[in-house]
Amino acid sequence: MRRLLLFIPLLIAVGIGVFLFAGIGKDPTKLESARIGKPVPEFQLQDLHDPEHMLDTSVFQGQVSLLNVWAEWCPSCWDEHEYLMHLASNEGVRIVGLNYKDQRETAFSFLGRLGNPYETIIFDPRGSLGFDLGVYGAPETYVIDADGVVLYRHVGVVNERVWQEVLLPVFNQAKGNS
Amino acid sequence: MRFYPLLLAMLFVVSPLRAEVMEVYDFDTRAEEQRYQNLIAELRCPKCQNQNIADSNAPISKDMRDEVYLMMQQGASNDEIVGALVDRFGEFVQYKPPVDKRTIFLWAFPAIAVIGGLLIVAGVVMRSRKQGQQETALSPEEKARVEQMLADKDQPSER
Repeated sequence: MRRLLLFIPLLIAVGIGVFLFAGIGKDPTKLESARIGKPVPEFQLQDLHDPEHMLDTSVFQGQVSLLNVWAEWCPSCWDEHEYLMHLASNEGVRIVGLNYKDQRETAFSFLGRLGNPYETIIFDPRGSLGFDLGVYGAPETYVIDADGVVLYRHVGVVNERVWQEVLLPVFNQAKGNS
Repeated sequence: MRFYPLLLAMLFVVSPLRAEVMEVYDFDTRAEEQRYQNLIAELRCPKCQNQNIADSNAPISKDMRDEVYLMMQQGASNDEIVGALVDRFGEFVQYKPPVDKRTIFLWAFPAIAVIGGLLIVAGVVMRSRKQGQQETALSPEEKARVEQMLADKDQPSER
């Protein structure tokens, strides 16, 4: 009995080791999204291409979409744009853009240089919809189902790996349900 | 070598870095301002983690401070303000997580650690007391032997 008690420190050390090891490799900048399972927050914002045209949550009704938060000033947005072009033109994915805290002129020059993968672009110069969504760093990409409910949020660049492993399964499931 | 004093001087010139928050808000009362300061001190910036939104000058922190101020002006309570930000950014933004099923262990841990430590200390003390009693309780033969030995020691030993 006495002998067994001597193993207690070892057990404690192993326990702490297992607990700490589980944390290694976790990306602390990836936060849970509070919006998952909830509808896209209400908004009234201009269409980037047509200031007369006001957009609201109805842009997400009827079709499964990706909502991509981007801005000309965001370096990673330049990196992921080519892949978004590929998704839109070759995979037939509907992408709605949210131009976040940007200006019309810079946004147009960005699209002029890299192309436009977005079906619709919401113009959010003050970042109000971004704030309601909980955007804390562009680029962010949301999977939104045909009822306008947020299913998933990805923070960071979308590339082949992220699309295949993370977003596509959610996207396909949403398509299956609608 | 003659640069030494200069290097030393430069060492002291390095001033502590402090993030400064630029914007100024107007409050009707001191109490309101204090409430605002408390709120922004216990909300955490989602972008620059490990900073509260009072210290952080990330744009998102500014948006969050604006929202706190705006909601205060609209007469929202502290819980409503924190709740509105948690709805957007998740539990992460709270430095003080609420007590619920997931966090109960976190909250209870200090108490568990203190009670556990007291139990260990109590155990150690009790055990040593027990041993102390046993040691003083010498049998009559042992006592006689001890006295014999002490008596021997007093006499000059034969060498």
